[in-house]
Amino acid sequence: MTAVTASENTDMTARTATARSAVRTRPVAQPLLYAALVLCALLTLLPFVWGISGSLRSLDEIRSDPGSLLPHHFTLDNFTRLFRTQGFGRFMVNSIVVAAMVVVGNIVAASAAGYALAKLEFAGRRLAFGAVMAAMMVPFTAVFVPQFVLTVDMGLADTLAGIALPSLAMPMSVFIMRQYASSIPDELLEAARIDGAGEFRIFFRIFLPLAGPAVATITIMSFLNSWNYFIWPLIVAQSTSSYTLPVGLAATSQAAAHVTDYGLMLAGAVVVMLPVLVLFLFLQRYFVQGIAGTGMR
Amino acid sequence: MTTTLTPRAPRTEPRGRPVKAPARARSQGLRRTAVAWLFLTPFIVVFLLYTAIPTVAALGFSLTDLHGADLRHPFAVNFTGLENYLRLFQDQTFLRDILNTAVFVAVGVPLTMGVGFALALALNSGIRRLRGLFRTVFFAPVVTNVVAAALIWQYAFNPSGTVNKVLGTFGFAGPNWLDDQRLAMPVVILLGVWRNFGTAMVLFLAGLQSIPQDVYEAAALDGAGKWRQLRHITVPLLLPTTLMVSVLLTVFYLQVFDEPYLLTNGGPLGSTESVALYTYHQFGVGEFGVSSAASFVTLLLVALVSVVQFRLLRPRA
Repeated sequence: MTAVTASENTDMTARTATARSAVRTRPVAQPLLYAALVLCALLTLLPFVWGISGSLRSLDEIRSDPGSLLPHHFTLDNFTRLFRTQGFGRFMVNSIVVAAMVVVGNIVAASAAGYALAKLEFAGRRLAFGAVMAAMMVPFTAVFVPQFVLTVDMGLADTLAGIALPSLAMPMSVFIMRQYASSIPDELLEAARIDGAGEFRIFFRIFLPLAGPAVATITIMSFLNSWNYFIWPLIVAQSTSSYTLPVGLAATSQAAAHVTDYGLMLAGAVVVMLPVLVLFLFLQRYFVQGIAGTGMR
Repeated sequence: MTTTLTPRAPRTEPRGRPVKAPARARSQGLRRTAVAWLFLTPFIVVFLLYTAIPTVAALGFSLTDLHGADLRHPFAVNFTGLENYLRLFQDQTFLRDILNTAVFVAVGVPLTMGVGFALALALNSGIRRLRGLFRTVFFAPVVTNVVAAALIWQYAFNPSGTVNKVLGTFGFAGPNWLDDQRLAMPVVILLGVWRNFGTAMVLFLAGLQSIPQDVYEAAALDGAGKWRQLRHITVPLLLPTTLMVSVLLTVFYLQVFDEPYLLTNGGPLGSTESVALYTYHQFGVGEFGVSSAASFVTLLLVALVSVVQFRLLRPRA
């Protein structure tokens, strides 16, 4: 380290050039590294392969040879049975309705709250931000009993609204919007304020059009949360008519496991996980930003 | 709303004596405060209904003998003080579940971090080809639905499943993984690790990329090998990231519910029942008071860890 600080300018550029090439070229290590990475990738993907291949195998084939990795004959029979006899159509509609409520709720609530927290000077700002942090920290297991009692009292037990309500304004979304809003220069908003624009006009006309990337991240993160959420819908939904996909899948598979109907279970697993995986492939950047930015999903 | 708010400003203008200026500033400040809280209303309503009030209520419930059947007869509920907590810490089941949860944290956190850190290092070691593809693959489990993943686990680890078939080809008799008191826990933790190492990897990658490249170049010039660079540059400079990741994962494993619930429902013989699952099972049999007391123990543990988390997140916020 001392060598670099002591050296002359011209000397230094020459030295860093050699150092850089020394760092980059590692002819022996690279193939080994790639081999290790490929092995890890295959292990990571193995469950997906099991799930998808198993869902395409017939009941007889799975029963006679449950351990085989690839199907001998492809069939979509498991998927047909899922929607014909197991009510997965209804579960899917429920999941989509809940996700739509959650996404819209989060965009509205988080844009407004995030903007206020980042861009407005007001009494109680620290308190409000404390509420966001507290909401992120309080574990679900600590509050679900009163949450359930409240939901019953409001007459929302076994309804889609009851499932969606606690997730309508997730602290994670507010946090994402607040971080993004902080990066928008104050001068932009201050100029409008001097021109006599009201706070609401500034919010809708100036701030929101600039907040597109944060809105996109919030949309994807709240969709992911809502689609994958399991324990709360499991508690609130009591009849199949209000089951979301994960709850319906868990119920179906409990029954199917007794008769070792693995094909049906795996087809259900594929139906539940595939939409999110496809979205992820196309919108990876937002998923990674959202999860890395807040450390949660 | 914009039209009603904007014209008010000029009205105070004509009276503009110097004395009035602070008053005007104050009324403007008041208005801005009102507007800000109006913006915050949707979040605050949900926060009060589903976080603040339930937290207080859970503390209240934990001090009563509230049962599921009492929801329609609120006057049948009695205040019982700390009885639920005393019961908890005399309950062998609860003590066993605390131990189980400790195993989830003690094994799950280092394993998840280790895998995430190793992969982050590999992806950050200057390789170009397929880097994006690898990152996508390693992150995919994070977005995968846990119910779906657990079903695949059950399928793979069932007595005649793929895992045992592979073991069979090497001449081992495969066990009944999820029905074995010693083997169920590792399989459950494996699912947790699979679902979480991607998050750790992405956070470590971000940390690694924030270390300036010249530090390594200078060290290389001074003759430091790869191993010494890792030990004396990467590890110390990554400390904030490492702390953050460990706190996040600790909080996750402290509350672990989905994995044991879906794979074993806490079995066999309670060997994989976590504290969160205990809370849920007590709730399921209508013991709302005991359930709340158990959940409050979790809350205290998570709060303890979260205080650290808050201090870590704050400088960035």
